Amino acid sequence: MGLANARALCPDLVTRPADPEHETRALAGLCRWAGRYAPLVAVDGADGLMADVTGVAHLFGGEEELRADLHARLEQAGLEAQSALAGTGGAAWALARHGGGIIPKGGLSAHLGSLPVAALRLDPATAASLTRVGLARIADLLALPRAALAHRFGPALVRRLDQALGVEPEPVSPAPETPHFGVRMTLPEPIGRQEDVMTGLARLLDRLCAMLALHHSGARRLRLELRRVDRGTAGVEIGLARPMRDPSRIAPLFRRGVDEVDAGFGIDALRLTAPVVEPLAPEQLGGGPMAESGDALADLMSSLGNRLGFDRVLRPLPADSRIPERSFLLAPAARSEPAAGFAQPGPPRPIVIFAPEPAEVSPPPGPGRPPARFRWRRMNLTTHRATGPERIAPEWWIDDPAWRTGIRDYWRIETREGPRLWLFTTPQSGGAWHVQGEFA
Amino acid sequence: MRFRASGPPMTLATFRISGSAGLTTSSNPFSLAPARMHEAEGSGRRAFAVFQALRHPGPLVWILRAHALHRPLPPALPGDVGARLHLLTPRSETDLLWAVEETLRAAPVGLVIAEPLEPLSLTAGRRLQLAAKSGDTTGLMLVKDSHGSPAAETRWTCAPAPLDGRASTGHIWRVTKNKKGTTGTWMVDWDGASAAFDLVSAAGERSEPAAPAR
Repeated sequence: MGLANARALCPDLVTRPADPEHETRALAGLCRWAGRYAPLVAVDGADGLMADVTGVAHLFGGEEELRADLHARLEQAGLEAQSALAGTGGAAWALARHGGGIIPKGGLSAHLGSLPVAALRLDPATAASLTRVGLARIADLLALPRAALAHRFGPALVRRLDQALGVEPEPVSPAPETPHFGVRMTLPEPIGRQEDVMTGLARLLDRLCAMLALHHSGARRLRLELRRVDRGTAGVEIGLARPMRDPSRIAPLFRRGVDEVDAGFGIDALRLTAPVVEPLAPEQLGGGPMAESGDALADLMSSLGNRLGFDRVLRPLPADSRIPERSFLLAPAARSEPAAGFAQPGPPRPIVIFAPEPAEVSPPPGPGRPPARFRWRRMNLTTHRATGPERIAPEWWIDDPAWRTGIRDYWRIETREGPRLWLFTTPQSGGAWHVQGEFA
Repeated sequence: MRFRASGPPMTLATFRISGSAGLTTSSNPFSLAPARMHEAEGSGRRAFAVFQALRHPGPLVWILRAHALHRPLPPALPGDVGARLHLLTPRSETDLLWAVEETLRAAPVGLVIAEPLEPLSLTAGRRLQLAAKSGDTTGLMLVKDSHGSPAAETRWTCAPAPLDGRASTGHIWRVTKNKKGTTGTWMVDWDGASAAFDLVSAAGERSEPAAPAR
């Protein structure tokens, strides 16, 4: 039925757009909750759960009581559900979608016989063609020879029939749960001293790191939550320069954050989580002096990054550009590997670069000539030797405001006063002179 | 290069193997005493820092304030200095001093170069000296003129100087303070591309004038 038709029939209809993502999440939550009824619970399609309750029913007093308990709890939560118990997954699926109930042992074919063929989890086309030839109920199929059915309607039909009747096994296979990296500790008495918090943290870290090691992962961010007696919560979050699971190296990074926490009337619960986790394969112990110095450098970058910010701990990387200020990138050291080296063909470049600073040149030199004397940063400088020009054209594919003045002619100018400067002029727009760098 | 070999428990031996650059040899007057904090001032101080970076193997850390006008240009740095470089840009002077201290305390760093904007106090200098000692790391503070700390091991005054008749670069490097040695002035011809350099002659004993004849 289309929405317009539905509105015509029921003008007060309330509609909301479907949100499959939310529904999937809600179903996953329900799946976790259903773990109280069975060791194996799997999400089945978009709207179902399949639980293997073999040997469980007596804990609830019987199959009837189990089902009643399930319905009572779901109703309490405001959910409407339909459920069925049967000896096979296929039969339970069929019954749950056509009335629900319990199929006693040995009564599979008798109970299933009256259900329509669509209850066998067939695709709509097969179900429609079965109905067209007059096979509307499952009982009609059971009476027919299997070979002819498989030949005419495909092997899927026979397989579904076998699964429903228990001829072919169909175990419940839940998706593996994503590990949750979080540990907590509740204290009998509130604590307030830093050393006590650090001791508690060390115990939590040991557990968390063991968990990380089990899953071959390393933490990239860690968050410590301290719950105070008055129900307030203080959080300390640290970042790590590379994935890590070594408690003795992580613990010192928390010290500064824990120092700043206001303990109030005391802290009675600690919770440590790893919100960002990256894979970290097990490593051989004692990787040699290189590995040890790499570890120590990573520790340094972690502690620097946590105070200065990880975007202020940088590492230069080569970039493919002739524009001096774009010939290198500054990347966060925690997120990059060191460059192999900077290839440097062409004329020498200054060791220090800054934004262009105007140089007063008087008298202006002729075109293609360096200035004989100029004034820069309140210094009067005289040219001793000039090398150049090196013409650098702007990159037309990037609109850089600093390069809108067109091509630049760079000169390396050694002055009699000492400084060796990198000057440029812009012949396409007036020929003003600027200083942009200093040579060694 | 530094190696750390661990033998039986509780004995940790640290070996220090110097490269051909030489660390404390009498033939090289520009070697900085290891595990100490030094200072360089003058307009050629950054060139001096790059010169020292070449002679200190291992990771390099260059610390400047976030709003400093200049940045080192890694593709222009000689040898593998650009690849070994780490750049820290703290926002405040306190953060800068903290970062210097923390880096000096870390063992794997070869040389720490820092450019504070404010004068270094005796307390700050002393703390940096202690950090350098505990981390066995050498530090070089590039300070503005007369902004240095009395705690510095050596203080260098560096200025570029023109050289006549050579297509190279001259530097006048002067030790104005030395806790464990003598002061001196050197005229150096260093092209900024390799660790090799030439001592032209002691500036005070030159036979020809510094300025070319007109």
